[in-house]
Amino acid sequence: MIEGMLTGLSAALSWQGILYVMMGCLVGTFIGMLPGLGPITAIALMIPVTYSIDPSYGMILMAGVYYGAIFGGSTSSILINAPGVAGTVATSFDGYPLARKGQAGKALALAAYASFSGGTLAAVFLMVAAPLLAKVSLSFWSADYFALMVMGLTAIAAFSNRGQFLKAVMMTLLGIMLATVGIDPSSGAERFTFGSSDLLDGISFLLVAMSIFALSEALSGVLRPDHKKLPGAILNVASATARRVAARDGGHKKAPAPSSKMGDLRLSREEVKDVVPVIGRSSILGFLIGILPGAGATIASFLAYATERNLARGEKKKQFGQGSLRGLAAPETANNAACTGSFVPLLTLGIPGSGTTAVMLGALIAYGLQPGPLLMHDNPDVFWAVIMSMYVGNVVLLFLNLPMIPYIAKTLALPKPLLTVLILFFSLIGVYLVSFNTFDLYLMVGFAVLSLILRQLNFPMAPLILGFILGGMLESNFRRAMMIADGSIAFLWERPLTLCITLVSLALLLVPLMDFLRGLKRPAPEAELSDNL
Amino acid sequence: MTLPAHAGCRRLCRGLLVLSMMLGAVAARADLHFLVPGGPGGGWDTTARAAGEALIKSGLESNASFQNMSGGGGGRAIAYMIKMGTKQGDMVMINSTPIVLRALSGQIPNSFRDLKPVANLIADYGAFVVTANSPYQSWEEVMDAYRRDPRLVKVAGGSARGSMDHLVAAQAFQASGGDGRKLAYIPYDAGGQAKAGLLSGEVQLLSTGFSEALELMRSSDARILAITAPETIADYPEIPTLKSLGYPMSFVNWRGLFAAPDTPDAKVAAYSAVFRKLLETPEWEAVRKRNGWLNNYETPERFLESLKQQEEQMARVMRDLGFIR
Repeated sequence: MIEGMLTGLSAALSWQGILYVMMGCLVGTFIGMLPGLGPITAIALMIPVTYSIDPSYGMILMAGVYYGAIFGGSTSSILINAPGVAGTVATSFDGYPLARKGQAGKALALAAYASFSGGTLAAVFLMVAAPLLAKVSLSFWSADYFALMVMGLTAIAAFSNRGQFLKAVMMTLLGIMLATVGIDPSSGAERFTFGSSDLLDGISFLLVAMSIFALSEALSGVLRPDHKKLPGAILNVASATARRVAARDGGHKKAPAPSSKMGDLRLSREEVKDVVPVIGRSSILGFLIGILPGAGATIASFLAYATERNLARGEKKKQFGQGSLRGLAAPETANNAACTGSFVPLLTLGIPGSGTTAVMLGALIAYGLQPGPLLMHDNPDVFWAVIMSMYVGNVVLLFLNLPMIPYIAKTLALPKPLLTVLILFFSLIGVYLVSFNTFDLYLMVGFAVLSLILRQLNFPMAPLILGFILGGMLESNFRRAMMIADGSIAFLWERPLTLCITLVSLALLLVPLMDFLRGLKRPAPEAELSDNL
Repeated sequence: MTLPAHAGCRRLCRGLLVLSMMLGAVAARADLHFLVPGGPGGGWDTTARAAGEALIKSGLESNASFQNMSGGGGGRAIAYMIKMGTKQGDMVMINSTPIVLRALSGQIPNSFRDLKPVANLIADYGAFVVTANSPYQSWEEVMDAYRRDPRLVKVAGGSARGSMDHLVAAQAFQASGGDGRKLAYIPYDAGGQAKAGLLSGEVQLLSTGFSEALELMRSSDARILAITAPETIADYPEIPTLKSLGYPMSFVNWRGLFAAPDTPDAKVAAYSAVFRKLLETPEWEAVRKRNGWLNNYETPERFLESLKQQEEQMARVMRDLGFIR
C-alpha cells in the first residue's frame, strides 16, 4: 500500500503531473466561472484530450479540471450572485452580501482557503477510510435520503429570524412546486407541462438560478438607480471602510491599490479563529454526505450552512445571510469535501453518485480500468495517482487562484450600466448554450419578472431555490420509500436511521421556531438586506 | 498581493488562450457532426463519442464533432434535425429504443419515421440482477416468490415508470407466468442510484442493461439471473436467457444512427457504408470491448424493419400494461 502511495505520489509530483494539474486547474477555473458551465461539462470536454495520455496523468488532469471548475463556480456566485451549479447556491447566500459590502476580495480568498481545506481534509479521509466507508455509503435507503432532504430543508430556518418566516415557507413551497414540472418518475405521467414538449424534462436548475438570482438582481439594479444600491459606489465606500478596519486590526503593512476596489484579501486573526472550527466541521459533514450516492455536494453545502447557522449564537447568527464569513466558509468547505467524498463509491464500488463522477467513471472505463473493490489491487498506480493528485490539485489551485483574485474581483468595479448588461448577457447566453432552446429564454424572463416583483415585496429568494433543488429529490425519495414499504408511512419511525435523522431535523426546526415565537411578542426586526437573497 | 500586476495579467491571458483554443476545437466544423439528444456522459453521448473516436483513429473520417442537445426526452434534438435538415452539412444523430417508446406514449411528437435510418450499430439486452447474498439463486425462484406475492419482489430501475427498464421487466415477468401489471417497479433518478438501491438491500432485483449489469457483476459481486437476448451470448454462455429458461420473451435495445429526412439516399448509403466498415476496424473493436457492447450492424432497410417490429412489440406491451390505449 505504501508502495502504491509512493508510485502515485511520484506520478503526481513529476513535471508532467504538475503540468497537467496546472493546465487542468486553469482550464477548469475558466470554464467554471462561466455561468452554466460546471464540472460535468468541463470534464466531458477534457475526456478526448486525456485519451492520448497515460491513465495516471489523465486522471490527474481531470481532477485538476474538477477542482478548478468547482472553485470557478463559487466565483460567479460571490461576485454577481449567479450560481452556475447547484453546489454553489449556498455560497451565494453570504458570499454575495460580502461582495456588496466591499469585501469581494476577502470572500473570494476565504472561498479559496475553504475549498482548499475541504478538499484536502476530505482527501485525507478518503485515503484513510475509503474501503471502510464504502459499506457505510450503501447502508442508506430511500427513506433515509428522504429524511436527509427534510434536514436540508431546515436551512430555511436561516431566513426566519427577520420576521419573514411565513414568506420563507411560501417561497420554499413555490420552489417545490416548480420542481414538480415535467415527467413524474413515479407514475410516468406528465405534470404541469401544458402539452408543451419544452417542459417535458422539467425546468432546469440553471434556468431558475440564473433568472431569480442573476437576472432579477441586475434588473432590480436598473429599477432602483438609488446610489446606495450601486455596486460600484458601494464598493468605493465599503472598501475604504474595510481598509480602515483592516488597518486598525493591524494585520498587514500595505493597503491594496485603490484601483482594485475589492477590499482586503486578508483575514484578521479573529476571523481565522472564527472560521477554522467551521471548516473542520464542514469538511467532515461534507465528506460524509458526499460518500452517499444519492446526496452529493448540493445537499452537503445546504446542510453545512444550516448546521453552522444553528450552532451560531447571538450576533454571529444574525450575520447569516448578510455576509457572514462562517456562512461562506461552511458551504464552500462542504461542497469540496463532498466532491472528494463522492470518489469513495466511485473508486471502491464503481457506483457514480453524481453526474460528474458518472463522467469520470466513463473515463476510467475508457482506460480499460474497472472501478470497484479490485481497482486498488489491480491498478494501484492509477488508484493512488487519483488520490495524490487531489492533494496536488488543491495546492496548485490555491496558489494559482489567490494571485488572480484581485483581477477577478475587478469585475465588480466595472461601471454599473456595463456590469448590468454583462450579467444579462452572460446569464441568458449561459442558459441558451446549455439547452439551445429559445423557449428557455422566455421562461427566464418570466421568472426574472416574477422574482423582481417578489423581491420588491420583500420575499426572500434563497428558500425558493432551496425548495426547487431539494423538492425533486425529496419527492422521489419519499415516493420510493412509500412504494418499498407497500404504501405504509411507518418507515418514518420503524427504521432507526430514518428516525434519527428526522429527530435531528425536528430539533433544528424547533429551535428557531421558539425564537420566532418569542420574537412575535417583540416588534419584528427590520428586514434590511433581505432583498439580496 | 506579492505579484506585480503585469505577471497576473500575463497569467490571465495565457489562461484565456488555453480556453479559447479549447472552445475553438469544440466549435470547429468537422467532416461528420454527431447530434446527441442527451447530456454529456450518458449512454447516447458515450456511444457517439466512441464511434467518432474510432472513426478518426481508423482513418475513415478525418474529423468528427459532437453536439449535445438534451430536452423534451430527446424530442428536441429530433425536431432540430427535421428543421435543420442537411443545411448543417453532414450530420447524424445517435438514438436508441426510447425514441420508439416515447413516440408511442406521445411524449415526443415525432417518430423514427420522420427521420432516415442510417445504420444500427450495437445491441444491448435487458438484464435482471440480484446482489451476491440474495436468497434468490435463479430466475425461477424469483418468479416463485412473485407468483406467491408480487410485493415480495421490488424491482429497481434507473428511469421513470413506463420507460424501458420498467417495460422490459414487466414484459419478462408477464412472459414468465406472473402478472406484469402488479410489478412493484421502483424508479430511481439515474442508473448509478438504482445500483446503489439494489446493493443497499431496499430492493430485491435490478432491471438494467446487459453491459451495465456486467460492470456491476465485475465490481461488486452481483449475480445476473437472466437476460433478454434472443440467444445465449457466446462470451457468457453461463448467463441464461429467458428463452433458454423456456419463457417466450426477448428484447433488444438497439443503438443506431439517423440522418435528416431530406438527406439524399446516396448519402445515406455512403454513411451506412462508413459505419459498416467502422465496425470491422480494430479501433472500434477496442472501444466495443471496453464498453461491453455487442455489434449489431444493420443496413438502413433492415434497420427500418427492426424499428417497425420493435414498435409493434412495445405497443402491445404498453397496451397490456395500461400505459397507452
